[in-house]
Amino acid sequence: MTVSPQLDRRFRDAAAAEGLLDVAFELHDTPVGRLLVAVTDHGVCEISYDADPDAEAERLARAFGSRVLRSPRPTDEARRQLDEYFDGKRRDFELEVDLRAAREFGRAVLAELARVPYGEVTTYGTLAARAGRPRAARAVGTVMNRNPVPIVLPCHRVVGSTGSLVGYAGGLERKRTLLELEGALPNA
Amino acid sequence: MRVPPFERFYEDQQGPVLKQLRGMLGRDAADDAFQETFLRALRAYPTLQHGRHLRAWALQIARNVALDVLRRTRATSADVPDLASVDEPLPYEELRRLTAELPQKERAAVFLRYGYDLSYEDIGAALGSSSEAARQATSSGVRRLRRKELP
Repeated sequence: MTVSPQLDRRFRDAAAAEGLLDVAFELHDTPVGRLLVAVTDHGVCEISYDADPDAEAERLARAFGSRVLRSPRPTDEARRQLDEYFDGKRRDFELEVDLRAAREFGRAVLAELARVPYGEVTTYGTLAARAGRPRAARAVGTVMNRNPVPIVLPCHRVVGSTGSLVGYAGGLERKRTLLELEGALPNA
Repeated sequence: MRVPPFERFYEDQQGPVLKQLRGMLGRDAADDAFQETFLRALRAYPTLQHGRHLRAWALQIARNVALDVLRRTRATSADVPDLASVDEPLPYEELRRLTAELPQKERAAVFLRYGYDLSYEDIGAALGSSSEAARQATSSGVRRLRRKELP
């Protein structure tokens, strides 16, 4: 028996309104493709590219608890700010991020990453030094690659010491698009 | 077997749950009961130890929710659940008309048996009695109907 979209939406809203969810997520179309945006009571816990919602729900359940549900409303604010960012109307995100699933070094690096301003780039080595581990540029690369909340935590602003884009979990094309949007494409 | 993310549970069980609720309550009341069923499941979800028998678990919660609704309905009204808005109006209208004179419990039992095709066990659960009592109420209702001059 098919559940009507209205009835389905009503339940998904009610589940969030009653505070019963460990994680609420929604899919959101942007100029860099469809993103999966997930939030907990602590903030945005995941933004992912090319997500398979079933696989992500499994992963989120392991990290934050089994009550993972697609429920748009709790993600509204994050998705609104993402839209503003892609429209060029927002330079800084005013969102809490939930990094409980990240390791200690990862959290330190991501905290430094959050300070890299809109429209500027930094290098893996510089970020490593700022996080107190000047020789850990490669480890910083790994943290960037696993950044749970790309775009909001701007790992696209981290490039190689020669200015080459190096890599991006969402693919270099997207890194280029984001930097272009911010007017920060090096060697352009 | 691990407990799946609630999203998967909800996607897998929503159809069967809605079907059972409509069977027991009719369309309109089933919508409210649908939401209540999954909210109850969500509250209890962290206590699940494993992911086995989730269909049975979901249907048990749905049945409990429906029973609560039926109890409330019986407390406030002498009628069985409102059947005017159900999908297939003809047979129900017919049953509704035919059974209008029956005692309330027999009417409910006949409705649930022949209108909704529920088992005696489910009817007993819905009426707060044993399946044997449900069977007796149903057949006594049917006997009463047979004794009557049908128009």
